[in-house]
Amino acid sequence: MALKTDLVTLNIGPHHPSTHGVFRMRVTLDGEMVREVEPMFGYLHRGLEKLAEGRTYTQIIPFTDRLDYVSSMQGNWGYCLAVETLAGIEVPERAEYIRMIVSELQRMINHMLAVGFFITDLGAMQTPFLLMFREREKLVDLYEMLCGQRFLYNYMRIGGVSHDLPPEFFPAVTKFMDEFPSYFQEFEDLLIGNEIIQARAIGTGVISAEQAINYSMSGPCLRAANVDWDLRRDAPYSIYDRFKFDVITGKNGDNWDRYRVRMEEVMQSYGIVQQALEQLQEVPPGPVKAKVPNLLRPPVGEVYVAIEAPKGEMGFYIVSDGSIAPYRWHVRSPDFINLGALRDMAIGSKIADLIATLASIDICLGSVDR
Amino acid sequence: MITTPQEIITRMPASVWQPFDDPLDSGWAVDNFWAHWGLFSVGIIGFVLLVVMGFIWFERRFISPMQLRIGPNRCGPFGLLQPVADAVKVMLKEDIVPNLADKVVHFIAPIAIFVPVLLMFAVIPVHEGVGLIPDLNVGILFVIAVGSIETIAVFMAGWGSNNKYSILGAMRSVAMMVSYEMPMAFAVVAVVLVTGTLSLQGIVQAQTIPFALLLPMAFILYFIGALAELQRTPFDLLEAESEIIAGYHIEYSGMKFAMFYLGEYGGAIIQSALITTLFLAGWKGPFLPPFLWFMIKLFAVFGMIVWIRATWPRVRIDQLMSFAWKYMLPLSIVNLLIVALEVIWFEGDAVTWWLVPINIVICGALLTGWATFFKLRGGPQVES
Repeated sequence: MALKTDLVTLNIGPHHPSTHGVFRMRVTLDGEMVREVEPMFGYLHRGLEKLAEGRTYTQIIPFTDRLDYVSSMQGNWGYCLAVETLAGIEVPERAEYIRMIVSELQRMINHMLAVGFFITDLGAMQTPFLLMFREREKLVDLYEMLCGQRFLYNYMRIGGVSHDLPPEFFPAVTKFMDEFPSYFQEFEDLLIGNEIIQARAIGTGVISAEQAINYSMSGPCLRAANVDWDLRRDAPYSIYDRFKFDVITGKNGDNWDRYRVRMEEVMQSYGIVQQALEQLQEVPPGPVKAKVPNLLRPPVGEVYVAIEAPKGEMGFYIVSDGSIAPYRWHVRSPDFINLGALRDMAIGSKIADLIATLASIDICLGSVDR
Repeated sequence: MITTPQEIITRMPASVWQPFDDPLDSGWAVDNFWAHWGLFSVGIIGFVLLVVMGFIWFERRFISPMQLRIGPNRCGPFGLLQPVADAVKVMLKEDIVPNLADKVVHFIAPIAIFVPVLLMFAVIPVHEGVGLIPDLNVGILFVIAVGSIETIAVFMAGWGSNNKYSILGAMRSVAMMVSYEMPMAFAVVAVVLVTGTLSLQGIVQAQTIPFALLLPMAFILYFIGALAELQRTPFDLLEAESEIIAGYHIEYSGMKFAMFYLGEYGGAIIQSALITTLFLAGWKGPFLPPFLWFMIKLFAVFGMIVWIRATWPRVRIDQLMSFAWKYMLPLSIVNLLIVALEVIWFEGDAVTWWLVPINIVICGALLTGWATFFKLRGGPQVES
């Protein structure tokens, strides 16, 4: 006699501890097995892209903070870079270095938090997450020195940054840079050999290189699938061509590789920050912001500029009609596009792996829903 | 030594009534049946509630430094009154019953999860001759039998709530608890083989060497099984917060939720107490009074459980099951075989220091040797 069994449709989210915000998945379950995943977005939709059409170019910068709020600096940078490209503005060299330093520090924050969340979603009782927060606290303290904000910085301006680095920043950042490797190594030692983490992460949430490219994935998720692609190296923007760093790739495109790629990218970013701090010593003090009119009117035209944000390729598409506000403002948010691959990664796995895979994609709902 | 089930049944009443047959020998037993039961029932409930509060406070304070935070420190000295404040809060909360819930089952489940914990305390020896039933001659059997009720209570809660998350948690719990009870029971049988008694007092008396040293394998297997029985990390699948939110008690609030909480921590006390009794020589110890030794060991074992909770992530359901059936069960049977051979070899007196190094070496060899055949994970291996 065969048992009659039914598939169960389960709503995971929008209120769920591990959906990283208000993301919702309609999951069809066969016991514990995931048969179908239907991601549903839009619970955090604020209409930023439409709102931006009624703001001046400078007023849009705070919006970019609220896109990917875990790495606000990178959002600032991508947007400012796009407008500068559109309007043909030269950024002072000192400002370029400052941007580089804060953005790479931001990447370290983002990756550490992503890994912390990932391990938490594997079921650890937030210990790795809070260990990561120890380092993040030091970094947000640095940011507070820069711009008075700890979370949504609104630090960059079109043509530069709002303030020069304060004098107390340098000893603080040197202290952080001295201490960081040992703390980071402690974290690695605690996690990397853990049998349960390996058992849960290796071989789950696999995506092949072809699939990853077809889904137009980017960032650590793409590199974990063994695609050697990093905008910082392959299409260098700003002053990335002056720094030496490795592009980390994984082998199998599973959760473990995504976790490892992030962790190793933290140390690459650390190296970039170190180089930038050294090179900044030779840059003479001067203005950190180009002369830009308050009401910027870029020439008529359109531009798409992408940066390698921590979560992947963050692109800004701006259409200007010559007025003080953009005619159209669109964001290519990396996590939104990476999330598209969730269905293929999770179908056929257990429900626990679905959660782990979602966490390993590293989404931020602010940028998914915009 | 009991040999047949008939003998167990015939001898059981004598043991249950023992305090009245021989009040002087059984220490603190009271000479009046009703006074005795009344005193110890109230005493046990009070003890469990107090220790649960102690455990909650201890867990939160102990886990906080590991997570680089301070933990509760506002209510009373060192935050000692925090559990009291939480208890008051949870009692004042509204009791919500889902519309489509099976109301009767939903109502009974919180009771059914807490009562076995109290029942089990009837036989836990905290001192020589002290207890509701100071020396039940089938004590460990009683504990295992009553402890199994918890599975039904969890399933009742999951089923009665009529919630998909809770039924997922309940399904997991049944699969898990049934699997892990078997290696646990085999580990206990090893202890029983060595001591030749099912009585918990007798087991404590027999431990001139703590059995954690004499039977390290049984200790480790029982400890892992206890983690699963307690639904503690890394086996907390049935209330996996990041997956199924709260599992079987997702639809409970107010006092009913508090009952689950009590049941969970009461279970933690019971398992810590059993590990203490079976493997750490129970209330025995030098210098300090026996009850204090018991409490110290209780908190030490629970501290170990909390430490594991703070450190490890959760295993997946299939890994959980394969770990129970492919790793722990064969090992527990092999362990039983080895212990049986040792008992035969030493002609029934296997509690001897000779066996400690031998057993530790055998335990290490078996654990690591079997681990090379058993892999928790598929896929490529990673060198660390």
